[in-house]
Amino acid sequence: MSAVAESDRPSAGLLSLWYNREARQVIIQIFTIAVVFAALFYLARNAAINLERIGKDLGFAFLLEPSSYDINQTFIEYSSRSSHLRAAVVGVLNTFAVAICGVFLATVVGFVLGVLRLSKNLLMNKMVYCYVEVVRNVPVLLWILLMHGFVVHTLPHPKQAGDIAETFFFSNRGINMPSPTFEPLFWACALVFVAGIVGAVFYKRHAKKVQDETGKILPVLWVSLGLVIGAPVVVFLFTGMPIEWSIPALKGFNFQGGVTVKPELMALTLALALYTSAFIAENVRAGILAVNYGQTEAAHALGLRNNRTLQLVIIPQAMRVIVPPLTSQYLNLTKNSSLAIAIGYMDVTATLGGITLNQTGREMECMLLLMAIYLSISLAISSFMNWYNKRIKLIER
Amino acid sequence: MKLKSILVAGAAMAMSATIANAATLDDVKARGELNCIVTTGLVGFAYTDESGKWNGFDVDFCRGVAAAVLGDGMKVKFVPTTGKTRFTALNAGEGDVLYRNTTVTMSRDADLKLTFLGVNYYDGQGFMVSKDLGVTSAKELDGASVCIQTGTTTELNLADYFRATGMSYEPVPIETNEEARTNYLAGRCDVYTTDASGLAASRATFDDPKNHIILPEIISKEPLGPAVRQGDDDWADVNRWVLNAIIEAEEFGITSANVDEMAANPPNPSIARILGVEGNYGEMIGLDNEWAKRVIKAVGNYGEIFDRNIGPNTEIGLERGLNAQWKDGGILYSAPIR
Repeated sequence: MSAVAESDRPSAGLLSLWYNREARQVIIQIFTIAVVFAALFYLARNAAINLERIGKDLGFAFLLEPSSYDINQTFIEYSSRSSHLRAAVVGVLNTFAVAICGVFLATVVGFVLGVLRLSKNLLMNKMVYCYVEVVRNVPVLLWILLMHGFVVHTLPHPKQAGDIAETFFFSNRGINMPSPTFEPLFWACALVFVAGIVGAVFYKRHAKKVQDETGKILPVLWVSLGLVIGAPVVVFLFTGMPIEWSIPALKGFNFQGGVTVKPELMALTLALALYTSAFIAENVRAGILAVNYGQTEAAHALGLRNNRTLQLVIIPQAMRVIVPPLTSQYLNLTKNSSLAIAIGYMDVTATLGGITLNQTGREMECMLLLMAIYLSISLAISSFMNWYNKRIKLIER
Repeated sequence: MKLKSILVAGAAMAMSATIANAATLDDVKARGELNCIVTTGLVGFAYTDESGKWNGFDVDFCRGVAAAVLGDGMKVKFVPTTGKTRFTALNAGEGDVLYRNTTVTMSRDADLKLTFLGVNYYDGQGFMVSKDLGVTSAKELDGASVCIQTGTTTELNLADYFRATGMSYEPVPIETNEEARTNYLAGRCDVYTTDASGLAASRATFDDPKNHIILPEIISKEPLGPAVRQGDDDWADVNRWVLNAIIEAEEFGITSANVDEMAANPPNPSIARILGVEGNYGEMIGLDNEWAKRVIKAVGNYGEIFDRNIGPNTEIGLERGLNAQWKDGGILYSAPIR
């Protein structure tokens, strides 16, 4: 090794360390870390000094004071007497709402588009190509503003709201739909549903065992559907449909009763999902193309039909390529949801980082908290996706 | 917006030691330009005309300060801000003085570290609705969707008002007056609430102003006034007395038209003091003795500024009301220059 040879050089003291390749690397690394920390320390100290100079001390006690403002979409109980902390939690839950709906929608649309993009049908192929290129090459903020403008300007006023069977109403104040109230017997259905899931899992194991032993393939999908959906529906009908629906009705200025999906939530979710779906479609296409065509041929040669080939050979291998970039798309979508502020959707950026920040004047504290919140959400998503990726990755024997 | 607030917060962090304690007056003089923080656009108060020139009630007070300090009312750079970014912008040193329909409150004074200099418009929060709704009183607004600018005192008053009256409402938060106008006209909200003056100003820009009414209830006190950063008393004095001079000029009948004549031949000692013929009041605040004369020459007295921008003969058409001089039944009352 050259390192050994260099350190053998007859040179005394500290200088000999510099001639040692490994020691030199360590010295450079220590120096780099020192510079980075010095820079961070300088910035932190500067901020502290300037905050002190204008007489602002760093503290989080303001979070417990009443927020004094109202929020239009709350998943937990909240009023203007609740604390700033609660307002922040309401904001976080609203962020989750957008992120979860958005991720779900983006994944479904993205997978469908990604598969269609590989279609041999030229028209279908080119249409998806155009969609992907147009959608992903326009900034997401513009999509959000466009969607919001579309919802607010083109949908009718509540007084002229469109409806489906007088239970679902569409207006520029959002979609109003019936909300369920569960009667005690309903929980029997829920119990059957859970039992159905457990039964399906056991049946799948049984089917695999049968297949391993005899080669016979049992209809797993249909039996599972029957257990998970069919059985609860039967029980539901049998117990006399133990759900009461609160139907929205126009009263005064707005619809009362039922649940409302606000136009801001609709616009934001749609815009984020469509934008991200274009990226996911490309990931899916890349993942499928990454599986060598020889795999398909080999599966066919073994006598597997087309759908079994896709299900057992192509998709499992494609997922290994798809999942890592999919993770970063999920993260992007979640972080992009902070653009909600442009259309007045009350996510955590709008509550904690907007109104609370402005009404209390605690810029530093609010921004630090906000960064910590987004960081935790992102890390949670990526650790889940990493776990999933590990689960599906190639097990080499 | 998020990016902007972060940048502003970042700027606040990175600001060097010169900001908080420095003599803003010297900075402005050295720069040769006043940085004045105004709204992003509210007709009558601060807006740009077709040629890109800033006009309006608040804008004229900024020009008055520039005239006093720099001798030229046009040497102003306007820094447009939203209700949310204004205080951070001021504290981060992006502007020297804030004239942005800002309500004077205790927490802003004490906790946000601002120094308020007085009141240039006595206002109160009102509601505007379309006539088609058939609403005649704010008490009938139960269940309505209300457009509200975030980061304002009106946001807090609104929550208090509806809670106190036991009514429900859907807040529709928006950032700027322009956004509010769009959402209100598109019917996203039934009601637009802000200071009554702002409502009148917004209404003037509608295609059909006659179809919208401002409800009679005024639900809060909104004394609007200028502010500077806390900790620079000399600069606060300059701004405070420019404001007072503009108000007192009206009281004594000094106008942009007769100011030269009055300075040459002051009819009474008060006018002589304001116009720097007697005493050395200008020097006391670090300016020369003709400071107030320049202000009045550049922008006129309070009445002139009011009538030109928002008065009964403009399309906004606000009455003087509380903002009349104390001698005329209003509460406009300036401390004397002596």
